[in-house]
Amino acid sequence: MNQFQYVRPTKNKAAIDTVAKEQTAMFIAGGTNLLDLMKRGIVVPEKLVDINKLPLRKIEKENGAVRIGALALNGEVAEDKLVMEKHPLLSQALNAGASAQLRNMATVGGNMLQRTRCPYFYDTALPCNKREPGTGCGALQGYNRMHAIFGHSDKCIAVHPSDMSVALVALDANVLVSGPKGDRKIPFSEFHRLPGDTPQIDTNLQKGELITAVEVPETAFTKNVNYLKIRDRASYAFALVSVAAALQIENNTIKDARLAMGGVAHKPWRLTDAEKALVGKPATEQTFRQAAEIAMRGAKAFEHNQYKLKLGPNTIVQALKNAAAAV
Amino acid sequence: MAEEKDFTQPQPEGEEGQRPNEARRNFLKQSSILTAFALTPGVAVKAADLKFEEKVAAAFEKVNVTLEINGKKRKLSVEPRTTVLDLLREQLHLTGTKKGCDYGQCGACTVHVDGQRVLSCLSLAVMQDGKKITTIEGLADGDKLHPMQEAFIKHDGFQCGYCTPGQIMSAVACVREGHADSDDEIREFMSGNICRCGAYPNIVNAIKEVKNGGQKV
Repeated sequence: MNQFQYVRPTKNKAAIDTVAKEQTAMFIAGGTNLLDLMKRGIVVPEKLVDINKLPLRKIEKENGAVRIGALALNGEVAEDKLVMEKHPLLSQALNAGASAQLRNMATVGGNMLQRTRCPYFYDTALPCNKREPGTGCGALQGYNRMHAIFGHSDKCIAVHPSDMSVALVALDANVLVSGPKGDRKIPFSEFHRLPGDTPQIDTNLQKGELITAVEVPETAFTKNVNYLKIRDRASYAFALVSVAAALQIENNTIKDARLAMGGVAHKPWRLTDAEKALVGKPATEQTFRQAAEIAMRGAKAFEHNQYKLKLGPNTIVQALKNAAAAV
Repeated sequence: MAEEKDFTQPQPEGEEGQRPNEARRNFLKQSSILTAFALTPGVAVKAADLKFEEKVAAAFEKVNVTLEINGKKRKLSVEPRTTVLDLLREQLHLTGTKKGCDYGQCGACTVHVDGQRVLSCLSLAVMQDGKKITTIEGLADGDKLHPMQEAFIKHDGFQCGYCTPGQIMSAVACVREGHADSDDEIREFMSGNICRCGAYPNIVNAIKEVKNGGQKV
């Protein structure tokens, strides 16, 4: 690992000022991805600003939303009573991610900022536009089994690895940030970016901006929800495809629906057209199958991830069935 | 803690009165260092050539941290980039905690920080200032093994043993957290500990026995 200076401010402003002013300074919270990247020489900060002493760990009810501090740990959010009661979908998604040890370390803010697990991004001997812009995409003609089927570009076909983010985009969460120019609120669907010509930029966060919390508005999606993650082993693996499904059902008719996918795009992939197709219909497999077909419109696979074109809709149908059957 | 040796200082080799295990461990440590030199002369020479290294190092000062490790308070001086795993193994010679992958994928380096299981390979020592760390060496009560250690032996919860310290630290936490109520739950909450030998069924049995045994874990 490269050498770096280490500071541990106790005020948000001091942390923000340091990272805003110094080109090679970075925030560190849990460090579960950043230290991994530093060990491989993929990210080489000259200063780490440890934000763990900042007062950003509370989980509380606020103005019709659950406000989760950016430093709340993945494990404690997953098992928080308020989160389990108001947003069981988020709790399920968090528990589907990583391992118990990593969930005890990783923070909510860090989870959404984690980098892709594309092997070409991690192997510094191979080209990658995300790691080194302009060198090309190794995955495009390479072994692209884990890669995107939506929203990719000829510069990058990597996927975002977070499970938590798939639930948060489905639940219309907002990301609260503080920066050198003040505070702002970013809708979750606009937080991550598609690769386009600049795959090196994952999010719309500006230099020096610090995530302070995520705000999840209260909804009626408290019962019929399911986060279904399909992976190479039963636990502790990144998603091949995952689906966050939430339904409001009255007299077997779907009143409202939320649907998002993970493991298929450079950002958590919200499926609004499919949601619309569910509303007003009976909660049956036929309805779910139709919505899944709509969800998959525009999907384009590569040599080794053709299976996702079939696994995707099947996972959507199963997640919706699980959600409908949940009590 | 039975031993009050200051492990921050280099340990004398072939110390009189040492136990056979210790002698073997010292031999392994010595011989692996020799092997490393024999295999990488090019790298060693290159490192010597990089004279500017010293100047760079001076700019990045060591930081003082206070940690309580296995019940003993220690004031230590560490480079900011030192992980808890490297601090334990290289500086304090607590080699019970294993370095498997060093990238947070295998769980062999699992320790408890303030009672929570974490991966020491992805934790910077400097970030743990003021915290309590428990390693596999701190689990037993003197010569009396922890119930989980006993259960791993009884149920043959290992073959080569390399992942075992991490498995046991994780297993203790799994029971304490209340995540050991069924085989499926144990498997899910132990999934961060990989066992290449495939001792999983026996590990599940060991955890179940401790969970159902009602001893203090």
